[in-house]
Amino acid sequence: MLPDRDRIFTNLYGLYSPWLDGARKRGAWDGTKQILERGIDAIIAEVKKSGLRGRGGAGFPTGLKWSFMPKEVKERPHYLVVNADESEPGTCKDRDIMRHDPHLLIEGCLIASFAMRAHACYIYIRGEFIREREALQRAVDEAYAANLIGKDNIHGWPFDCYVHHGAGAYICGEETALLESLEGKKGQPRLKPPFPANAGVYGCPTTVNNVETIAMVPDIIRRGADWFAGIGKPNNTGTKVFCISGHVNKPCNVEEAMSIPLRELIETHAGGVRGGWDNLLGVIPGGSSMPVLSKELADDILMDFDSLVKAKSGLGTAAVIVMDKSTDIIKAFARLAYFYKHESCGQCTPCREGCGWMWRVITRMGKGDATMEEIDLLQDVTKQIEGHTICAFGEGASWPVQGFLRHFRPEIEKRIREHGGRHSAPMTPLAAE
Amino acid sequence: MSFRRLAPVDQQPAKFAFSDENRKLVDQWIAKYPPGRQRSAVIAALWTGQEQEGWVTKPMIEEVARILDMAVMRVLEVATFYTMFNLVPVGQYLVQVCTTTPCWLRGSDDVVAACKKHIAPGPGVTSADGKFSWMEVECLGACVNAPVLQIGKDYYEDLDGPATERIFEALRRGEAVTPGPQNGRHSSEPEGGALTLTDPKPYDGGYSRMPKDSSGDATDTEGKKPTPGASDREAPAQKPPGAAT
Repeated sequence: MLPDRDRIFTNLYGLYSPWLDGARKRGAWDGTKQILERGIDAIIAEVKKSGLRGRGGAGFPTGLKWSFMPKEVKERPHYLVVNADESEPGTCKDRDIMRHDPHLLIEGCLIASFAMRAHACYIYIRGEFIREREALQRAVDEAYAANLIGKDNIHGWPFDCYVHHGAGAYICGEETALLESLEGKKGQPRLKPPFPANAGVYGCPTTVNNVETIAMVPDIIRRGADWFAGIGKPNNTGTKVFCISGHVNKPCNVEEAMSIPLRELIETHAGGVRGGWDNLLGVIPGGSSMPVLSKELADDILMDFDSLVKAKSGLGTAAVIVMDKSTDIIKAFARLAYFYKHESCGQCTPCREGCGWMWRVITRMGKGDATMEEIDLLQDVTKQIEGHTICAFGEGASWPVQGFLRHFRPEIEKRIREHGGRHSAPMTPLAAE
Repeated sequence: MSFRRLAPVDQQPAKFAFSDENRKLVDQWIAKYPPGRQRSAVIAALWTGQEQEGWVTKPMIEEVARILDMAVMRVLEVATFYTMFNLVPVGQYLVQVCTTTPCWLRGSDDVVAACKKHIAPGPGVTSADGKFSWMEVECLGACVNAPVLQIGKDYYEDLDGPATERIFEALRRGEAVTPGPQNGRHSSEPEGGALTLTDPKPYDGGYSRMPKDSSGDATDTEGKKPTPGASDREAPAQKPPGAAT
């Protein structure tokens, strides 16, 4: 188990005060001015050296992302935008950071903004998180009152931090959809290029980072890149907040070392799989968009970016969804398919039409009301969606279905055989509702 | 995508105006954005309007367009795109039940059954006493406390059928219900108490301190070195993908 002294989010469970006094006792806002005095290049070098990779799902190296921002500010100001639109099914880590350790995030915003020459930061929080928004706003107000941030603050870098909220759209977690939404439009992703570092919010250079990524930065710099890089494995360094949900005895959030074996994670922190490890059917390791793992793969997989990619899945947001043998796996994936059908922004035809089609077919498969050929057809449709859309939602909707077919195809075949195949009217080629 | 339309014309009120207090709130939101970018406040303005009226009406959309100097069509797009805007009247307590897979695995079907029993047989229908309506929503982002539902600003977590019914009965009687986990948990720690963050040191000085030497060069600060063994754990050999099945 990771010792407490190596944890960054020391108030993850909200057992202590989240407000300024409590946060200061835990080390927040300690030596922030000295950090800024080291200069932009030194901060970016330190973050690069730590090996920090984005915690929002894609795992892009954070220091490298920051270095894409223009080296000097011309007529367009720079912006930092923090992605707090946490909506990936299974994921609830940013919620705990915002309501229990908001000062780490705000301090991180100041340091990150400084490193990308930005004087303003917008935190885009999902609409449902109303209490979390209130907590975050209170912490921002505290930071202004203590002159930690603001136009003329004690750190010598003019900096404004604004809390903005959405209104219930998963797609706004995609960075360019988030920027559209922040500008007051429908959250429909933009074509890239131009990338946000050149033309982001209001057409200005912008970097979008996840809450957890930004909140980790102050501690990484205070304690040194070597400390952070010494945890985990090369290229998969540091600690990570894991969300363990589903069929475990004690679902929980926990900060652990990257590259912890999945089985150890579940058995140490979440009380094990309901009914014992052998009762495991499958695990979704990184939020609903990542392909499911069979029990055989889950037995000895390591929870990090590279190991999971090798197993044809991904770390994503590190939201572990556990399913035991009592699960109707076809129904579980039909429900996920409905999620993607509901949340598709409707901009690209393959995704808008394909997600609804996949949901309807998997729902029928759950009843056994399908033909064997339709299993291959479903696989084919996922390939028609994947890679043919503006944003990664197409992949996010297709990958779980592909993983499902890869590991649980015999279940579908069994269901179809038991039901005796297709009984309802022949499939119409109609896609839209 | 979800298909959403405004309520029929005969349900729409004749006019809408923000209360003085809410109008100030909208102005505060506008002030958060650079000059000329007041349109960024459209979600906040519609949300403020919905808090006032309970749902988003056509005159409200027109008023928001006027205040933010936007085409009405652009505000209508936003109101219909974002699913938290209620385009029809809802009960005083709008019960939003998460039924996405992580909640479903933990028994959200029982929560839905409690809604059907206590409120109305189907979503979007107001209960007989006019106080409640319920709907299924997609992932609320509290999955380690599944199943969850949201009423107003608050989440009610770690539910089952009986706990859900108790919440509805208490609200119906006008009693306050404590939000959050309903099974004795504090927040997202494992049931029965946190297994981590039990070391008192982080709360009494902390490990996360700037080294006294401000250059940040190596000092013997305890917190600067990872604990031995934090990284060199015994890792089982991995099988190649696909070899398992």
